[in-house]
Amino acid sequence: MLEIKDLHATVAGKEILKGLTLTVRPGEVHAIMGPNGAGKSTLSSVLTGHPAYTVTSGSINFYGQDLLAMPPEDRARAGVFMSFQYPVEIPGVSMVNFMRAAVNEHRKYRGEEPISASEFLKLMRAKKDLLQLDNKLANRSVNEGFSGGEKKRNEIFQMAMLEPKLSILDETDSGLDIDALRVVANGVNTLKSKDNASIVITHYQRLLDYIVPDFVHVLYNGRIVKTGPKELALELEEKGYDWIKQEFGE
Amino acid sequence: MAEDKINNTKSDDIIADVTSGDYKYGFTTDIETEVIPIGLNEEVVRLISAKKEEPEWLLEFRLKAFRHWQTLKMPKWAHLNIPEIDYQAISYYAAPRKNAPKSLDEVDPELLKTFDKLGIPLEEQKALSGMAVDAVMDSVSVKTTFRETLAEKGIIFCSISEAVKSYPDLVKQYLGSVVSYADNFFAALNCAVFSDGSFVYIPKGVRCPMELSTYFRINAGKTGQFERTLIVADDDSYVSYLEGCTAPQRDENQLHAAIVEIVVMNNAEVKYSTVQNWYPGDKEGKGGIYNFVTKRALCKGDNSKVSWTQVETGSAITWKYPSCVLKGDNSIGEFYSVAVTNNYQQADTGTKMIHIGKNTRSRIVSKGISAGKSENSYRGLVKVMPGAENARNFSQCDSLLLNDHCGAHTFPYMDIQNPTAVVEHEATTSKINEDQLFYCNQRGISTEDAVGLIVNGYAREVINKLPMEFAVEAQKLLSVSLEGSVG
Repeated sequence: MLEIKDLHATVAGKEILKGLTLTVRPGEVHAIMGPNGAGKSTLSSVLTGHPAYTVTSGSINFYGQDLLAMPPEDRARAGVFMSFQYPVEIPGVSMVNFMRAAVNEHRKYRGEEPISASEFLKLMRAKKDLLQLDNKLANRSVNEGFSGGEKKRNEIFQMAMLEPKLSILDETDSGLDIDALRVVANGVNTLKSKDNASIVITHYQRLLDYIVPDFVHVLYNGRIVKTGPKELALELEEKGYDWIKQEFGE
Repeated sequence: MAEDKINNTKSDDIIADVTSGDYKYGFTTDIETEVIPIGLNEEVVRLISAKKEEPEWLLEFRLKAFRHWQTLKMPKWAHLNIPEIDYQAISYYAAPRKNAPKSLDEVDPELLKTFDKLGIPLEEQKALSGMAVDAVMDSVSVKTTFRETLAEKGIIFCSISEAVKSYPDLVKQYLGSVVSYADNFFAALNCAVFSDGSFVYIPKGVRCPMELSTYFRINAGKTGQFERTLIVADDDSYVSYLEGCTAPQRDENQLHAAIVEIVVMNNAEVKYSTVQNWYPGDKEGKGGIYNFVTKRALCKGDNSKVSWTQVETGSAITWKYPSCVLKGDNSIGEFYSVAVTNNYQQADTGTKMIHIGKNTRSRIVSKGISAGKSENSYRGLVKVMPGAENARNFSQCDSLLLNDHCGAHTFPYMDIQNPTAVVEHEATTSKINEDQLFYCNQRGISTEDAVGLIVNGYAREVINKLPMEFAVEAQKLLSVSLEGSVG
C-alpha cells in the first residue's frame, strides 16, 4: 500500500531525511525506532504533508497515487491518519462538530452522502466506549483541558471514527502511564485488520509489548539502517542506541 | 528561511481565497422609489416631517436637532480613517412608491420577493414560528407581521411613524430620553432626518411570547438610511429583539446613522441581538456602508437587565458602541460582541457601562477577528459613579488575527469614582495557529473549512447568546465573511 523510495526532506533548510526507503503492505505493523533527532517525527510529518517540511527528492506511492502531490486533507481522506505526539487544543469547537466535519469530508471523498445525525451519534458512542472516554466527550472542545492520557486516547478514538488504511502513531506512548497505555494499545489492536496497516514510531520498546510489530526498523541519521523481527526491539532496549551510532555514525 | 517563506505564501493564498467570499445580498430590487432631491437644510427637514404627516412637536424636535447638528463637527477620536463625507450629496428620504399597505395583498410583490430572497418571509403562515418581523426598506416600514397576536397581550410592535400617530404620548415621553439629540454628531443628524424604524412597548408583567425582529434593507442608491428604534419594557416584562440588515453592492459609499433607545423599568429585561451584514465594500475597499450608530439602553428601574449581543461582519466602516446606563439599583448590563473585519473594512466598536445605582453589575465579552488589510478596534468605557456602591464589572477583550497585514487594537477606559467597585479586565491577542489548521487538515478538513471551524469556536461564547435561528445564520456568516483568510 505504501512505498517510500529514497526520500530526502528538509525542515528550516536542514536536511533531516537522507534517503529513506520503506515498504508497507496491508495487515502489517511496522515499528520505527531510533535515537532522538534521527528523523522519526520528520517521517510522520512528511507522510501527512506538514507545510513546514520540504521533500527535496524521492517518492511516496500510496495505493498507486503520488502522495507527495496531494494536499494534507486529501492524504487524510485517502486513508492516511496520524496520531499526533502533541495534539493541539481548538477552543470552542466541540468534538461532535469536529468529528462530524471530518467524517463527512471522508465520506464526500469516497462519493458517499453525509452521515445522519442519529447514525453519527451512535457511531461516536460505540467508538468512545472502546477508548473508555467519558460521556461528556461529544460536547467538550477538541483536546481543551484534556489530560495527557485523555489526549492520546482521543487520538485513537478519532482513528476509530475515521477507519484509516494507514495509521501513523507518532510517539503515542510518550507521557502515558501503564493503564492508559493498555487502553490505547487495546484500541489500536481492536482496529487492526488484514486490510489496514500501522507505522508505530517510538523511542522505547515498552509500547511494543502491547502493539506487536511484524517489523522493527532502526532509523538513524535520516535513513533506515537496520530492519529485523520484533526481537530487534528487545535488543535495542537492552543495548541502547550507542552501538548503532558507532556502527553507522559518520 | 526560503522553505518557510514558500509555505507561508501557500497558506496566505489559501487564506486570501477563503476571505474573498462574495457578498450574497448585493442584488438591487427594481422598484419604483420616491427619492427626494439631495442636500440637507431646514426645508428638507420640514419636507420629511410633512411627508410623514407628523405633529408639530416632532417637527420642532427635528429642527432643534438639525440646528444643533450644524454647530457640530464629525468626531475624529476613533481609530478610523473616514474619508470626507459630503452631507449635501446625499438624499435623506427614499420610499418605495406604494405606501403603508393595510394588508399583504397591497404590498408590492417585488418587495415581498426581495424579503423572501433575503430569507425574511412576510407572509405570516410562512414566517418562522415564534418571530414577528418589521421590514424596513430604505426610509419606510414595509410590513409588520403578527401584530394582532401581539396586540392580544397589549404589546405594541409597529413602525415608529405609525407609533407617532397612534401612540403619541408614549413616543413623546421616551423619544430622545436615552440618547439626546445633543449626544453626538451622528445622533443629532439622525434626530433631524430619521425616517423609520420600529417601536416596541411591552406592558407591565408581560413576557413577550415571540422574538420581535426588524429587518433593515437599503435599496435605493445615493441615499442615507437613518432609522430609529425605541423599545420600552415596562415593569416585570421581558422581550427579546433581533435586528438584521443588508444592502446592495454599490461602488459608492452609503451612510447609515441609526439610533436605538431602550428603556427598561423595574424587574424588566430586554435582550437585543444584532446580526449586522451591511455591504462591506469590494476586495479593493471600494463601496460599502458607513455604519455610524448610537445604541443605548437605560436600566431605569431596580433589578432591570439589558443585554446587547452583536455579530458584526458587514459595513466598510463601523462606529458603534451599544451602551448601558445602569441607573436602577441591582441592574445588570451585558455586552457580547463578535466583530469581523476583512479586506479594507474598519471597525471601531465596543460599549460603555455607566454604573449609577447600587450593586449594579456589568459584563463585557468582545471578540475581534481581523483578516485581509482590515483594522479592528475595541473601545470600551467602564464608569462607576460615586453613588454606585458595590458595582462590579468584568471585561474580556480578545483579538484574533488571521494574517500579518491586519490590525487589532484595544482601547479600554476606566473611570472609577467609588472605592467599593470591583473591576476586572482581561485581554488576549492571538494569531490563528498553523498547528490547529494542520491538525484539521490531517483529519480531512480543508484549510478554508478549518478557518470557519476555528473562528466559530473562538466566537462561540457570544454566538451562544443569540436566539437559535440567528445563531445558525451568524455561524454561516462568520465562515462566509472569512472565506480564504488564514496566514
